[in-house]
Amino acid sequence: MDWLQFLNAFWVGGLICVVAQLLIDLTKLTPARILTCYVCAGVLLSAIGLYGPLKEFAGSGAAVPLTGFGHALAEGVRESVKTDGLLGALSGGLAAAATGISASLFFALIWSLLFKSRQK
Amino acid sequence: MDTNAYKKYVESRAKRSPVLRNCIRAFWVGGALCCVGQGLNRLYQWAGLSEKHAGLCVSVTLIFLAGLFTGIGWFDKLAKYAGAGTLVPITGFANSVAAPAVDAKSEGYVTGVAAKMFTIAGPVIVYGSVSSILYGVIYYFFLL
Repeated sequence: MDWLQFLNAFWVGGLICVVAQLLIDLTKLTPARILTCYVCAGVLLSAIGLYGPLKEFAGSGAAVPLTGFGHALAEGVRESVKTDGLLGALSGGLAAAATGISASLFFALIWSLLFKSRQK
Repeated sequence: MDTNAYKKYVESRAKRSPVLRNCIRAFWVGGALCCVGQGLNRLYQWAGLSEKHAGLCVSVTLIFLAGLFTGIGWFDKLAKYAGAGTLVPITGFANSVAAPAVDAKSEGYVTGVAAKMFTIAGPVIVYGSVSSILYGVIYYFFLL
């Protein structure tokens, strides 16, 4: 097993989280805004060609943070523009993100059936 | 240096800024979650999945677990400790869908659970997909 990949995943993923923590602590950005910014940043970083190599290097360290979600959107759009032309710009992003989004929605519905609110 | 001054000095050194503390926590928890993802990725590829499918299965697994932990109440405790360490990985997205869904149960399944799921996920999906569309258009006209 290649332990170096785990190490890279650890520190790259950790650093991406630290940046968000700094944004939370030092600016007035709410977590919802940070998540939104992170996805857009992922699209941007992927578009300028930085995120692909980072993912090669760090594996899940780049794929698991929400910037990886943005990278998946950008990658999906790139592929579908290649095959479907301009129409692909509309379909590619969400198609690539569909697995994550659908899973989140589906599981959330199940958890809401199984669990009760803990908010007092 | 007299005792009092020394005491003050010790206090000033011992009291680490919460920003630094938060960052260390976010770093190791976030890093650890990514390592869990890496381990799952290896496991799925070992089980015969392609690289792409393994990545998707990792996301689904983490989303499943984050939602489950949200339901039993562990996620909130971990999130309180780790801050951005649990927020930024895909677990934070799953939690932002699952937590309002569970909390809004009393408001019904349509206007409560289903609608509240999108409180945070909605903006993320909207701006994520809009930026990907913009990128797609730019890619089509200038880069293809």
